[in-house]
Amino acid sequence: MRIIKFLLIKEFKQIFRNRAILAVIMVMPVIQLIILPLAANYEIKNINLAVVDNDRSDYSRDLINQVIASGYFKLRTYNDSYKQAFTQLEEDNADLILEIPHGFEEDLIKENKQQLFIGVNAINGTKAGLGAGYISDIIREYNNGLRKKMNVPTSFNAMPVIEITSSNWYNPHLNYQLYMVPGILAILVTLVGGFLSALNIVKEKEAGTIEQINVSPVKKYHFILGKLIPFWILGNVVFTLGLLVGWIFYGIIPLGNLLVLYAFIAVYLLAILGFGLLVSTICDTQQQAMLIMFFFVMIFVLMGGLFTPIDSMPDWAKTVSKFNPISYFIDVMRMVVIKGSGFKDVQKHILVIIGFAIVLNIAAVLNYRKTS
Amino acid sequence: MESVVVKNITKTYGKEKKVAVNDVSFSVNKGELFGLIGPDGAGKTSIFRILTTVLLADSGSASIDGLDVVKEFKSIRNTIGYMPGKFSLYQDLTVEENLNFFATLFGTTIEENYNLIKDIYVQIEPFKTRRAGKLSGGMKQKLALCCALIHKPNVLFLDEPTTGVDPVSRKEFWEMLQKLKKQDITIIVSTPYMDEANLCDRIALIQDGKILSIDSPKNIIQNYPDALFAVKADNMYSLLKALAIYPNRLMSYAFGEFAHFSFKENPDKADLLQFLETKGIKNIEIKEAAVTIEDSFIKLLS
Repeated sequence: MRIIKFLLIKEFKQIFRNRAILAVIMVMPVIQLIILPLAANYEIKNINLAVVDNDRSDYSRDLINQVIASGYFKLRTYNDSYKQAFTQLEEDNADLILEIPHGFEEDLIKENKQQLFIGVNAINGTKAGLGAGYISDIIREYNNGLRKKMNVPTSFNAMPVIEITSSNWYNPHLNYQLYMVPGILAILVTLVGGFLSALNIVKEKEAGTIEQINVSPVKKYHFILGKLIPFWILGNVVFTLGLLVGWIFYGIIPLGNLLVLYAFIAVYLLAILGFGLLVSTICDTQQQAMLIMFFFVMIFVLMGGLFTPIDSMPDWAKTVSKFNPISYFIDVMRMVVIKGSGFKDVQKHILVIIGFAIVLNIAAVLNYRKTS
Repeated sequence: MESVVVKNITKTYGKEKKVAVNDVSFSVNKGELFGLIGPDGAGKTSIFRILTTVLLADSGSASIDGLDVVKEFKSIRNTIGYMPGKFSLYQDLTVEENLNFFATLFGTTIEENYNLIKDIYVQIEPFKTRRAGKLSGGMKQKLALCCALIHKPNVLFLDEPTTGVDPVSRKEFWEMLQKLKKQDITIIVSTPYMDEANLCDRIALIQDGKILSIDSPKNIIQNYPDALFAVKADNMYSLLKALAIYPNRLMSYAFGEFAHFSFKENPDKADLLQFLETKGIKNIEIKEAAVTIEDSFIKLLS
């Protein structure tokens, strides 16, 4: 115990003496949490619309007005031909073309039937999908309005209309920040914990100081614990800072019990620090450690369910994400913060992460050799 | 009493089995200052790392104070001090913090063994709040020596402690080692500098992982088999060229401002002088040379 105490004192002295690292630990997560959720917004507004109105009737004008009034679209150009509108699309002035055919009003009244054309620039898949979805919804609504207007229903002959209403549970206003902030915080804690622990032992290797430790009676587990504990504490500090930022800047107060969150983060940090240590035992230089960590963290983050839901991934990807600690963390964060889940609900997650922590740390201790 | 015993140690590296240490055996007595003398890449550091239990030999055995370096490495780590060739203390900790840290790792304190490091530590004490990374080369060596000594080791391993250190600091460093010897600490030191060999009690000349000779520096010099001459002339380059084609030549090589020379048989200074003059070399001076360790080393290598 005495030796661990001295190893910890030494480790903290080094951390607090390195201003750059300290800034990365304390300032970076705060600033990123302030900036990223504001930028990472799924809601798509200001879709540039190019209209080709071949009819120029009351009906077509109504439709266009209704589209623009939705607030999602911005009328950029009013064209005479589809060809002209397509040039706008090619020049990136427009994201979506709405073409109203000649005789739109007349045919609609006479034949009760009409067709519209929508052309979407699908370079940005999300924008294209959402834009087409929005405009289809608006046109359907317009269509319903027309039907009601034209078939004046009598009390005996009510027109059958299915109307769908939905309510958004747990996040009634579909607030993206409520969704993103916990997820981003999960990633930041992972970054700080994983990278720092990976780089730390490798730094001792590079400086040759590990040589001096190796010829001393310090035991392996002393050394590893001396490395784990400081970063475990720092991870908790970063996490707490992140929760404070979420509260101060976004007004997010976890609905569930904070103790559940801290219980999870306690084991999660052990797992991610163990992973960093394992990487550091494999590498000889900080550059190698950095690149290997980058490789894994990239995969962890992109497949962790922060940006794209894991449920919509192909089966193989779902299997991969079962081995991705971040995906459990993000899940737990959202469950507890947004939904108010309790200890029972995240029990399975905690058990899995404990499994990760045990396997990774044992691998790290076994792989760290004092003798070559 | 033998403090360090090395028996038939062999170590190879990599897939191509490059031999770094080739069947090396030697033993060091308690309180002896033992030198491993050899050029870079001779295998000195590998031997040190095997003895300090951080490297496993392919074959052979070694023991320190009767403890086997493989089986009883844990006990050995308590009783040895190791100063690697590369400065390897925490550069971001101060002089005092480094010393304190290494003292606590061995479960001791600076005060407990202060008398052992006092002579050295007083020299760096004025800078004790300075970070180790900001010290000069000589100061770093002194601090590293303090850190290796702070737990009062029985055996001290110094891997090229004076490489890259200025001549004055080098001299001081060796004076410190002589003092430590009096404390009954066994010291094994490696160096590429031949002049430092004379300061050891016994030396092992080592080349390509093989020990060429082990003896006291005095005996090694005395056992030099040939009569050695020092030749000097106006133009060193043409002198060396001329010496190289002298028929009765055994060895010739540049040695400071002189060329060292030995005859194959029957030393004949007059004949050599005559030969050199016919080659157009001027201001020739031939005298008997004092044999040094370097001469012995060159002789052993030939």
